[in-house]
Amino acid sequence: MRFYNPTHRQLKNKGEKVIEYALALSGLITVLTTIGIIWVLVSESWGFFAEIPISQFLFDTQWTPLFSDKHYGILPLLSGTFLTTLIALATAVPFGIIIAVYLSEYAHRDFRKAMKPALEVLAAVPTVVYGFFALTVVTPFLQTFIPDLSTFNALSAGLVMGIMIIPVISSLSEDALYAVPKSLREASYGMGATKFQTSFKVVVPAASSGILVSVILGIARAVGETMVVAIAAGQQPNLTMDPREAVETITAYIVQVSLGDVQHDSMEYRTIFAAGITLFVFTFILNNISFWIKKKYQEKYE
Amino acid sequence: MNKIKANRLKDSAFRYVGIFCTLFGIVILLIFIGNILFQGLSRIDWDFLTNLPSRRASKAGILTAWTGTAWILGLTALIGIPIGVSAGIYLQEYGKKNRLASIVELNIANLAGVPSIIYGLLGLEIFARVMQLGGSLLAGALTLSLLILPIIIVATREALKAVPRSLREASFGMGATKWQTIWYQVLPAAAGGILTGIILALSRAVGETAPLIVIGALAYVPFVASSPMDEFTVLPIQIFNWVSRPQEEFLVNGAAAIIILLLITFVMNGIAVYLRNRWQKKVSW
Repeated sequence: MRFYNPTHRQLKNKGEKVIEYALALSGLITVLTTIGIIWVLVSESWGFFAEIPISQFLFDTQWTPLFSDKHYGILPLLSGTFLTTLIALATAVPFGIIIAVYLSEYAHRDFRKAMKPALEVLAAVPTVVYGFFALTVVTPFLQTFIPDLSTFNALSAGLVMGIMIIPVISSLSEDALYAVPKSLREASYGMGATKFQTSFKVVVPAASSGILVSVILGIARAVGETMVVAIAAGQQPNLTMDPREAVETITAYIVQVSLGDVQHDSMEYRTIFAAGITLFVFTFILNNISFWIKKKYQEKYE
Repeated sequence: MNKIKANRLKDSAFRYVGIFCTLFGIVILLIFIGNILFQGLSRIDWDFLTNLPSRRASKAGILTAWTGTAWILGLTALIGIPIGVSAGIYLQEYGKKNRLASIVELNIANLAGVPSIIYGLLGLEIFARVMQLGGSLLAGALTLSLLILPIIIVATREALKAVPRSLREASFGMGATKWQTIWYQVLPAAAGGILTGIILALSRAVGETAPLIVIGALAYVPFVASSPMDEFTVLPIQIFNWVSRPQEEFLVNGAAAIIILLLITFVMNGIAVYLRNRWQKKVSW
């Protein structure tokens, strides 16, 4: 009779396998997270849509789940999200692209080296701090020349969110501009073009896919941003495009409900998941458009 | 001739526009920090750091808030770092280049783009409700761990990618197994980059407010947490709570708490940048 007598090598191989499976398990957690997010959002909003017809959710112009006269129209929250995002983009896109072009094409190497980490600081500041800034500094400042600006308003929240997003756009755009081959620029200079003409007529178009990706990621960031709008934009669902008024975004609504004492299995509880799945769908689409563009144009110049 | 002049003018004008825009954000940030310091610095004293929250602004302190932040930071590090680094190692060193791998990759990129408040909804349902952890420190740390996982994984992969093949091949040539090679050669060589990513991820977790509010962290906690199952508050939630009140004195408290929060964030980011620079200098494969 022979006993199974594992050799040192076999034991080692076994240990190797155990480690590999343990590591794979950690990788699996990321997949489970995605499944978990989708499952949670779908299962809870399933209960919501069992009671509220989807036509009311999409077309009713009032969102008042916390009042006695309940309406469940997502439009006021969507318009709030859209308005603040639009203002943020109107700030961040021009600034972000000009900064990217300046740092990549014009600035001295040392200036560029000093400014990049400084801009990164803008992205490192916690968002609740930006909310404080919007409410206590920007709104009073804007009120000095826009007298009928309300204390909570879309304008101030959007502007501050824009400043917050500048580094997202400038940093990614700059990488894209930097990757444009030198020969293109030299050809343009050879034709007698100035640096400005070369930058905006040759380099920027050549890097347009990368710049577009940065803008899309900026949009996704603005749509999902919570604390700035919860603090400075207000908490009243308001179907308006007037930036001077208080608006409520999808994210701010979720925060507003979470701050109260909400019973599980109540309709209020389900509304935040219905709002959440709307938000998730938007950011999911935006993210995947950016991946698609990145993949399609990635190796154009290599 | 006029056209050339106009073009040259545009060119030099853009120089100034560029400098203006680049400095704009930074100047705004400086104005803001100056304003915060002006408002809040005089409010910070020993009592402010060691007092419990209170209805009276002048008596209120941030003891429960900063201890809560310290708890969350520690627990999130404990949960998030091993999982994130392991997953990064698996994807970079073991992962095969097949369809599944590209799906996992796309999945991680997607997770990085999911708004933090959605992670809050996940944590509320799974950790707080199904696992019955409620609004506890553990539920908060688990939620934030999932939130920072993509950041740690991407940083780990980048750092591992930068380690040259020759190092691995030398180790294999000596008869080392795959794991021995990773553990004794590759990981030490990549440690600087991984650590930088971890610190940046944790600094992100320290500043997060929304997901913790969603899972049910409270604004008013009158005791210092003593176990992971305790209810808690953190600095950003305390700031949010003070900022939401109409009285001026609470805004001052908010500004003072922001100084502490910014201090923590900037120190962590500073360490990360320092490590990154040192690591980049040292490595010259």
